[in-house]
Amino acid sequence: MSLNLADVHRIALLARIEIDDAQAQEAADQLNGILAMIERIARVDTSGIAPMSHPLDGVQRLRPDAVTETPDRERTMANAPARQDGLFLVPRVVE
Amino acid sequence: MTNPTTNATTAASEHATLAQLGELLDRREVSAVELATLFLGRIERHRDLNAFLDVRPEVTLAQARAADQRRARGETGALLGVPIAHKDVFVTRQWHTTASSRMLRGYDSPFDAAVVEQFAQAGMVCLGKLNCDEFAMGSSNENSAYGKVLNPWDRAAVPGGSSGGSAAAVAARLAPIATATDTGGSIREPAAFSGVTGTKPTYGRPSRWGMIAFASSLDTAGLLTASARDCAIAFNAMLGFDPRDSTSVDRPREDYTRHLEMDLRGLRIGVPAEFFAAGLEAEVEAAVRAALRELEGLGAVLVDVSLPTAALGIPVYYVVASAEASSNLSRFDGVRYGMRAERYDDLMDMMCKTRAQGFGAEVKRRVLVGTYVLSHGYYDAYFLQASRVRRLIADEFQRAFTQCDLIAGPVTSGVAFGFGEKSADPVTMYLADLYTVPSSLAGIPAMSLPCGFGRLGRPVGLQLMANHFDEARMLAAAHRYQCATDWHLRVPGGF
Repeated sequence: MSLNLADVHRIALLARIEIDDAQAQEAADQLNGILAMIERIARVDTSGIAPMSHPLDGVQRLRPDAVTETPDRERTMANAPARQDGLFLVPRVVE
Repeated sequence: MTNPTTNATTAASEHATLAQLGELLDRREVSAVELATLFLGRIERHRDLNAFLDVRPEVTLAQARAADQRRARGETGALLGVPIAHKDVFVTRQWHTTASSRMLRGYDSPFDAAVVEQFAQAGMVCLGKLNCDEFAMGSSNENSAYGKVLNPWDRAAVPGGSSGGSAAAVAARLAPIATATDTGGSIREPAAFSGVTGTKPTYGRPSRWGMIAFASSLDTAGLLTASARDCAIAFNAMLGFDPRDSTSVDRPREDYTRHLEMDLRGLRIGVPAEFFAAGLEAEVEAAVRAALRELEGLGAVLVDVSLPTAALGIPVYYVVASAEASSNLSRFDGVRYGMRAERYDDLMDMMCKTRAQGFGAEVKRRVLVGTYVLSHGYYDAYFLQASRVRRLIADEFQRAFTQCDLIAGPVTSGVAFGFGEKSADPVTMYLADLYTVPSSLAGIPAMSLPCGFGRLGRPVGLQLMANHFDEARMLAAAHRYQCATDWHLRVPGGF
């Protein structure tokens, strides 16, 4: 199957990337090229094969729920684009 | 530096291997400050390569003075006082970290990545941060927001990517060693294109803590070095369990130099026919076949092996890596760190504009592909199917390793290409990773070592792959090859 302009706009919205119609057309052509290349895996018989999510089939390690470090709030927040009183500022979301 | 002995030593240091620099420091023939000064000078003289993104001589020299003080107090160590440079995806407190993205311009990390921390503890002196493809996505270093890196062998050629700055810096000896990361070939491909030794260890062996995430089930830190022996020495400081990385493998540390003097007689090297497929440049094939004969001459036995599903590595990789990237890069939203668009209407608009302006074209493409293959209705057909084929590829490697100890072949199907040659079509660029992606998907160690020159006099790499945790033997075979040949000691003219 092939992606049309509406599909690309929907995916871009899900990905939170602003895209105009000209960019969407270019993206559609490129994504369709990439997806055509990816299609080759559809023909592989994988019945009975478990998906591999970790090369060594490792499992998530857990640790005791204890305080191990105390972040330096000032240093950590120093990279924020907008902040005030130790809080991150964003455009108003509740009227 | 008027002392003639010092000048001679300095000249000897310029092209010295890491092992030789350690010996010079041990014998007090050179100081860490002298080495740092020497390499900072080389970096400054060769700024046109654009290999470095952030250099702070005063911080470097302070680290060098500290290393000299440690030696003066009687401390020793193969790495104590030796310079290193870090790929810009490792976060550093004292240098900006950008992952070569506009999104992170000027970002100051509150902490050092585990790999950075371990080399600092060993007394290595950091020269600065190295250019790469944005968020390590690319095969040519053309995707950096801070400009392309030139190949020191031929300024018309790409250095390879994504660790292009690391490879160019070591090739031009602007640094004796550099860190790098591999997700689908980002260490081996630039190593091959730039004529240096590049090694990716087993997935989970180096810590990912503080390494800006691209595709977490693939991302592996590694090294660009002048020799396999240098890599073995540095791996001793770098590879070990880290509880801060949830996929770090809990195994005791080991000595990666322990097999270096190994006799290759009887070592079985598997040669997969699939790695010599149509499209392989004749000169690349000739150089790789000559290297295989050299290994045979050293006593290794060549064995035919088959990896039929490896050819599907590229499509599998572009599903899995893009999916994981779309998830990992969702953190860049203009709220907590990184850039924020200047003008926007509301929160949603702020995020969409920030990401549209902050990410480059290739990063956006992969985030879009990843978002699509993970979206409702497509997850099973794309992501789960790719994860299943990934296991088939990994299983094939395991079957091959019942017949051989190492696997060898080319790293790339051709020598370094020219700027702009492959950037018009993403799929053409993706195919550059045909021979490196399968081992990344399987999580096995793999390396590239210089084995000659091909078209236009550009370097060719020999790839060696080993089973999980068999780095020491792979490095030993590479070292024996490098003892018998001198390709790895060649330095491009003018450097």
